[in-house]
Amino acid sequence: MMNRTLSTKLLGSMCGISSPRLRFAQSAANAVQKQKELIKSRELEKDELRPLYMDFQATTPMDPRVLDAMLPYQVNYYGNPHSRTHAYGWESESAMEKARKQVAALIGADPREIVFTSGATESNNMSIKGVARFYKAKKKHIITTQTEHKCVLDSCRVLEAEGFDITYLPVKDNGLIDLKQLEEAIRPDTSLVSIMTINNEIGVKQPIKEIGHLCRSKNVFFHTDAAQAVGKIPVNVTDWKVDLMSISGHKIYGPKGVGALYVRRRPRIRIEPLQNGGGQERGLRSGTVPTPLVVGLGAACEVAQQELEYDHKRVTLLANRLVQKIMSDIPDVVMNGDPDQRYSGCINLSFAYVEGESLLMALKDVALSSGSACTSASLEPSYVLRAIGTDEDLAHSSIRFGIGRFTTEEEVDYTAEKCIQHVKRLREMSPLWEMVQEGIDLKSIKWTQH
Amino acid sequence: MHSGAPLVAVLGSLRRTDSFVSIMAASGREHVLSLYKLLLKESKKFPSYNYRTYALRRVRDAFRENRTVEDPKVVEELLNRARESLAIIQRQVSIGKMYEIQKTVVEREEKKND
Repeated sequence: MMNRTLSTKLLGSMCGISSPRLRFAQSAANAVQKQKELIKSRELEKDELRPLYMDFQATTPMDPRVLDAMLPYQVNYYGNPHSRTHAYGWESESAMEKARKQVAALIGADPREIVFTSGATESNNMSIKGVARFYKAKKKHIITTQTEHKCVLDSCRVLEAEGFDITYLPVKDNGLIDLKQLEEAIRPDTSLVSIMTINNEIGVKQPIKEIGHLCRSKNVFFHTDAAQAVGKIPVNVTDWKVDLMSISGHKIYGPKGVGALYVRRRPRIRIEPLQNGGGQERGLRSGTVPTPLVVGLGAACEVAQQELEYDHKRVTLLANRLVQKIMSDIPDVVMNGDPDQRYSGCINLSFAYVEGESLLMALKDVALSSGSACTSASLEPSYVLRAIGTDEDLAHSSIRFGIGRFTTEEEVDYTAEKCIQHVKRLREMSPLWEMVQEGIDLKSIKWTQH
Repeated sequence: MHSGAPLVAVLGSLRRTDSFVSIMAASGREHVLSLYKLLLKESKKFPSYNYRTYALRRVRDAFRENRTVEDPKVVEELLNRARESLAIIQRQVSIGKMYEIQKTVVEREEKKND
């Protein structure tokens, strides 16, 4: 991806080349530049209507009940929870401990096993690097999957540079891992297995209970990134035999900038802390605990626990409605990921013969994404879709629809209608679609160079 | 927003069907009804489309869900939660009004259909 100055400098140096080639190179550079600016970022005008929010996997709006719980701690109860000598500290500390209980209750843990962090990314970093480094004397191997979140994959990459062995397990076509492969990958010097509960791009739910039991039987620690799962499906760390679990605040209608890490006490798992200092949070994560944020996280967890069944029923209903509407009206739509082992609120659809970015641009009234927010900057198709074996062209035409607690039937109907309308329109303009309609098999075409 | 009370009386008066009549005392029934109406009235004031529709839907569904509850202690607890929810909704509506922004695309459609 060359920028303009670099490309003009290169072109300048090609003076000796005949002119048609130069013109072609110049237009190619312009095309690349144009491609990057396809979806221009801009702020909405004052009188412009806001798009519908259908990107609940990227982040979620705060539940009014959560904001209501947080505000007193932003306005009046502003004490540092670690101050031991006055009422400001005591009331802040008691709020923090109450939040800890609320988070623990949601996942079936003991409050003493919860460590507050700045988010799931920090929790993931802490778990992977912390466990690896603590046990590095005897254990040098870590297992993870190819569809993990970027922070997990990047932490593993850093550990590789430190001298650890990492196995990136492949996934089957439906996005699930093969338990047999996992069992074979476990070595005597494996310290940690890290597999996310629900994938943020395709919504697939891994068999966490079976993996947990397998790891416990082989005496290997098990970490799961449950950012997308907590509060949406029933989670129990004891049933699942999980040793470490990452929780994110802003995925469960809580505030951004806060998360938690569940660290099992029995049997004990030790971590080398990433952040050193005054020894807060059992020495695992020093730093002042942000009371308003953790109060928000606690409130979000409590609301999620109460609303779990109601939300799940509703989200499944709306998701089926969306998928039914779209798939019954237009052909050649593929849903990525296992149809049964999934969280219904995360739907990743590939529309054949339609370019994903153009469809997103056309659907400017709906806030959607193609792939995860942290990988959307590059033009490459998502690595998750590549890992599940999606064809290159289908991977480029995939859109992720997120449905959450606040989604309405009108929003789902509007999204489905606009999606159908624009897919049909874009396909009319596509030469590939024309060829398919004539009965030509695209895979049999021999594309030639001019 | 999960408030519950014998919806019986409420539904009875709203739908005029006998199948929802219960054994609650007259004052209890009216009290529940007025609380329900108040919750709906406040919920309609949310400037945000998503919060407004959620609050209205959740209040209705919560009252519907708990309509057959008979135990007075449980009823009292549910009514207390309803009153707390009412206070939360009132505060959050004020905050929403202070920081109001543009409407969403479906609201224009709603207005068109009216």
